[in-house]
Amino acid sequence: MGPANKGEIIEKLQKQILSMQGFRETAAQGVNTGLGALEMAFPNSVFPTGAIHEFLSPAAEHAAATTGFMAGLLGRLVGQTGICLWIGARRTVFAPALKIFGIDPDQVIFIDLIREKDVLWTIEEALKCDAVSVVVGELNGITFTESRRLQLAVEQSKVTGLMHCFNPLKINHTTAVARWKITSLASIMEEGMPGVGYPRWSVELLKIRNGKPGIWELEWSSGQFRNLDKPNPVVEIPFGRTA
Amino acid sequence: MKYHLEEQPDMGKRFINIWFHHLMTDWFVRHNPGLQDEPFVLVAPDRGRVIIKAASPAAGVLGIEPGMVVADARAILPSLQVFNEETSRKDKLLNELAEWCIRYTPIVALDTSDGLILDISGCAHLWGGERQYLKEIIAKLKSFGYQVRAAIADTIGACWAIARYGRLTAIIEPGMQAEALLPLPPVALRLDTNVLERMHKLGFYQIRSFVSMPHNTLKRRFGPILLEKLAQALGEVEETIQPIRPVQPYQERLPSLEPIRTAAGIEIALKDLLETLCIRLLQEGKGLRKAIFKGCRVDGKMQQIEIGTNHPTRNVSHLFKLFELKINTIRPGLGLELFLLEAPVVEILSMEQETLWNITKGSANKVVMNLLDRIGVRVGINAIHRYLPDEHHWPERSVRLAASLQEKNPLIWRTDLPRPVCLLPLPERIEVTAPIPDYPPMLFRYKGKVHKVRKADGPERIEQEWWLEQGLHRDYYCVEDDTGARYWLFRLGNYGEDKPEWFVHGFFA
Repeated sequence: MGPANKGEIIEKLQKQILSMQGFRETAAQGVNTGLGALEMAFPNSVFPTGAIHEFLSPAAEHAAATTGFMAGLLGRLVGQTGICLWIGARRTVFAPALKIFGIDPDQVIFIDLIREKDVLWTIEEALKCDAVSVVVGELNGITFTESRRLQLAVEQSKVTGLMHCFNPLKINHTTAVARWKITSLASIMEEGMPGVGYPRWSVELLKIRNGKPGIWELEWSSGQFRNLDKPNPVVEIPFGRTA
Repeated sequence: MKYHLEEQPDMGKRFINIWFHHLMTDWFVRHNPGLQDEPFVLVAPDRGRVIIKAASPAAGVLGIEPGMVVADARAILPSLQVFNEETSRKDKLLNELAEWCIRYTPIVALDTSDGLILDISGCAHLWGGERQYLKEIIAKLKSFGYQVRAAIADTIGACWAIARYGRLTAIIEPGMQAEALLPLPPVALRLDTNVLERMHKLGFYQIRSFVSMPHNTLKRRFGPILLEKLAQALGEVEETIQPIRPVQPYQERLPSLEPIRTAAGIEIALKDLLETLCIRLLQEGKGLRKAIFKGCRVDGKMQQIEIGTNHPTRNVSHLFKLFELKINTIRPGLGLELFLLEAPVVEILSMEQETLWNITKGSANKVVMNLLDRIGVRVGINAIHRYLPDEHHWPERSVRLAASLQEKNPLIWRTDLPRPVCLLPLPERIEVTAPIPDYPPMLFRYKGKVHKVRKADGPERIEQEWWLEQGLHRDYYCVEDDTGARYWLFRLGNYGEDKPEWFVHGFFA
């Protein structure tokens, strides 16, 4: 058994492990999130759908940046005919602005709740429903137990859940497949031009199961993400994949 | 215990009249058991005198009757106990009794004089025939402490007369009301006192003495009212009653032999009723939008839960799921003895709409609807919002709520103007330093933090829509501070005599 053969076997085994961990390539293949170079960070270089993504926002200004980034993802994930549920208490998202990020606001059904307890219940119910494309939840943070319940729900239904945690008091260990942190960056204008430029973010992938965390700079211009390839991923967790 | 209308052998109308001949005093004894068998009266002041409104049976035996002055009654019996009657208590009490009687029939009406009228067409056989039915009602009311007389007949007039003046039998067989009425006095026809006085003068002590007289003679002497009442009692003219609860066209009932107290029992009853109702809806091509499940408790209280759906449905399992979320709010107390399921709102639901459920693209919508129904039941239907654009520039009015989840968007979503992805529900005051009028601020203080403005766009002036609301215009600026956060600020009104106010209204992504 030659060394090349060995590499092949390892790659095959890794794929098997991935599929056992709930990453199904066939289902995910169709979705192009338009994240560009960022997609290399994901397992198999495919945005993990049918999973829970966690977004952390320490302040109100960053919450807007996170909302914008999530809306950009939604546009790709929901598509033309899908339905998205936006569940939360104290919602501030302004429906008409979602169109700028490529999702028709009338495809989104907002559920505005009062009690945090109802928010979790509603999110879980929505995640169980396979006719929904994406569920966006706005929470004050999720615990490990709660995240596991949500994970179990999506494993059955293959719905993607984007959980936006505002101002979490403490960052818990969760079963979410990815943990993101989006902060806004100063926009860039051409030299000497006045005004505010395109939305620009620092996208930090703090945690990604079977992927490579890192930091990227993204801009939202003319209806798509643009990767400002300047910095390289700063953190690299060795993962025995042959390039 | 399920029943269908087809199984009814006789579809003629049947009515029961219940007469509470000592309604108020019986009620008083119920609350003051010491007064049982004591002579007492309930009184109320009337034109400067104190008039007896109700007299207990023991007082009645001594000749003390309602309408007498208390002083006269005291002359008959010096030890007579006198209590004040609360005004409107009687109506309330009669109403409560009528509500209680709904367990026997859906149509219960109040009778003007201490009585209830129940339309029992097609109900009596559930209790094993009219005799048992009547016995059950009288026995139940007696156990509450109310002395009643009741009669069953084909017409409201006849059963009223028999309940009060009948001597032989309480149940008048169908079509026999004319014979039963003959020996009764004319007062049994619910006539005015002056008509009755005239009849008494003429020697008409029984109905039989004038019933066969020519109609025009009777009309000339006693007015048209006598003929009308006579025709109503005989069943020649139909008489209408005003039910205390409007009759629901889509209602199913399920009485239980034993009072039910467990959740499992309630679920079985609910499922049973849902099946019956959905079969009926299927036959009529309808689906329900709103349903109420009620349980009548042994102690006379009513428990109810209500659900609403986003689209007409007659799917038993889906409806059951919606109700299931609320079953634990039912308090069975000592037990529930009758279950009711009503569908106050129904809409047309065609066959193909239902059969195509699982093969067309609409199926996804259907599943989402069912999900939203469940959410709506748990957290309230008002929590669910979907927006469509509206033709207004004012940001708060630029969207409107979609009437339904299927409503198509008639306009386009505009993207030509900058709109923040997060909008504050109410603009928040900020302090600014602005160099010159119509320029964006150089720095602003928001929530105690100073933000230096690095980049700015604007202004975009949005005028208040004067035909909707009066107020100042807003000049909106998009600004970016030194940390890269982007804000939507506005100045209310112009620079003029006083300093204009600045607000933050939203955050850009």
